[in-house]
Amino acid sequence: MSELPIIRTENVHKHFGDNHVLKGISLDFPTGTTTVILGGSGSGKSVLMKHLIGLLSPDEGRVLIEGDDLAGLQGEALTKVRGKFGMVFQWAALFDSMSVLENVAFPLREHRKDLSEEQIRALVAEKLALFGLEGIEEKYPADLSGGMRKRVGLARAIIMDPKIVLYDEPTTGLDPITTDYVDEMIKRAKEKLGVTSVVISHDVASTFNIADYIAFLYDGAIVAYGPPAEVKASEHPFVQQFLGTWFRKN
Amino acid sequence: MASEDAKPAEVPTWQGMLKAPFESIGNGVFAGFHELGESMMLLGQTFQWMARPPYRVGLFMIQCEFIGVGSLFIVLLTGLFTGLVFALQSSFAFAKFSAESLVGATVVISLCRELAPVLTGLMVTGRAGSAIATELGTMKVTEQIDALSTMAVSPIQYLVVPRVLAMTLMMPMLCMLFNAVGFMGAYAVSVWQLGINIGTFMGRIEQMVDFSDLAGGLFKSAVFGFVIALIACQKGMTASGGSRGVGLAATRTVVTGSVVILVLDYFLTSFLLMVVD
Repeated sequence: MSELPIIRTENVHKHFGDNHVLKGISLDFPTGTTTVILGGSGSGKSVLMKHLIGLLSPDEGRVLIEGDDLAGLQGEALTKVRGKFGMVFQWAALFDSMSVLENVAFPLREHRKDLSEEQIRALVAEKLALFGLEGIEEKYPADLSGGMRKRVGLARAIIMDPKIVLYDEPTTGLDPITTDYVDEMIKRAKEKLGVTSVVISHDVASTFNIADYIAFLYDGAIVAYGPPAEVKASEHPFVQQFLGTWFRKN
Repeated sequence: MASEDAKPAEVPTWQGMLKAPFESIGNGVFAGFHELGESMMLLGQTFQWMARPPYRVGLFMIQCEFIGVGSLFIVLLTGLFTGLVFALQSSFAFAKFSAESLVGATVVISLCRELAPVLTGLMVTGRAGSAIATELGTMKVTEQIDALSTMAVSPIQYLVVPRVLAMTLMMPMLCMLFNAVGFMGAYAVSVWQLGINIGTFMGRIEQMVDFSDLAGGLFKSAVFGFVIALIACQKGMTASGGSRGVGLAATRTVVTGSVVILVLDYFLTSFLLMVVD
């Protein structure tokens, strides 16, 4: 029997008013791999990601995390499942009233009451150093560049050593060097920490650099899925147009 | 050709014109009920999370400082001038039938029962209510509230409960200070400016003002505080559409909060008159 995927979506539908945003998404996210959900603007990528962590509930279908249906979970059980996740938001979503130290230490202070302040500071410094961010603990998000904020967001996402990290357009708005750096961070998080990564993106270069699997979302449905080479060879006209535009230029 | 393909503009029919106002009223009523439903859900969740640990005393104290100490100046200023003006107007009216001795008692009763809770409520809605809606609205549109949820922290418990509790506690305190400075203003006008005998001024107050006048006003202000905080949190946490949405949330908090205070005041007054008086 094949190993149970860490995340499975089964026939997920979502409407916002008359707008049918997700039209029956069924996907498996294998443990320890990086899956990129690729698609154009307004294709439903962010909505799909919010379903994976239970920020939105499907109108129909279900989302299973290691076999647990997210829809049936509340209170402690939901907290426990959410503890398996770390999430990196598109614009980092750092708490602007808190310093970098307070931001990164936030999940530890909430859920690891057994740790002393020294241990928390040491863990924060260690995670920040992993992303080349030494000595910025006392700075505030407003003092940081976009790339630095994103890396602080990444440090916060992995501070609890989650099994799954979700990345919402991690390279949007970054220069090519920082984009490359963030890609390396995602790869490093997978290789060194063994996390399962789910990345939302419309950045083709970055996608082909980091993905083990690509799920191509078009108009609320998955129109191509598989390893990068398979998706690249897809005959779906929009996939061809989307990828072709980039590959022709590069 | 484009001009041939283009659909002709729809000619308004008399049925459509008749339907439009009803549709508009229906949409407004539907939106109102939708908002009421959201507020009721938030109310239920707030009570639910209030009872569950961890109890966030630090956040509660920060909010007490922001709402209580932060609103002190505007509340004291409003209270002082309300007392001053109300004493002047009352003395003018009472002078018509030589009853100036009643000025102190009239002002104090009015302050305790109505003016202090309502004006404090309106001032706090404008200052702290709008600030709460703006802060939570900004957190909502920049995904900070989603970030809290993804870190397995309830935004209701972390953001709403401390604000609602702090506002409910701080409002009666601010209301009491409003009463105190309003009384000082009335005293200054009556005794120093109009020359009413100090013994008469104080004697009438002692004779006519009851503890229930004060307690009823403080009770009302606590209810106003609870409702304002809930409205501000609801507007903030449902803000959408960037900075415009945040601005709209703040404006709606002030408008809805002010109207709700005035409407609620009537019902609370009726209730208190029936139960206490």
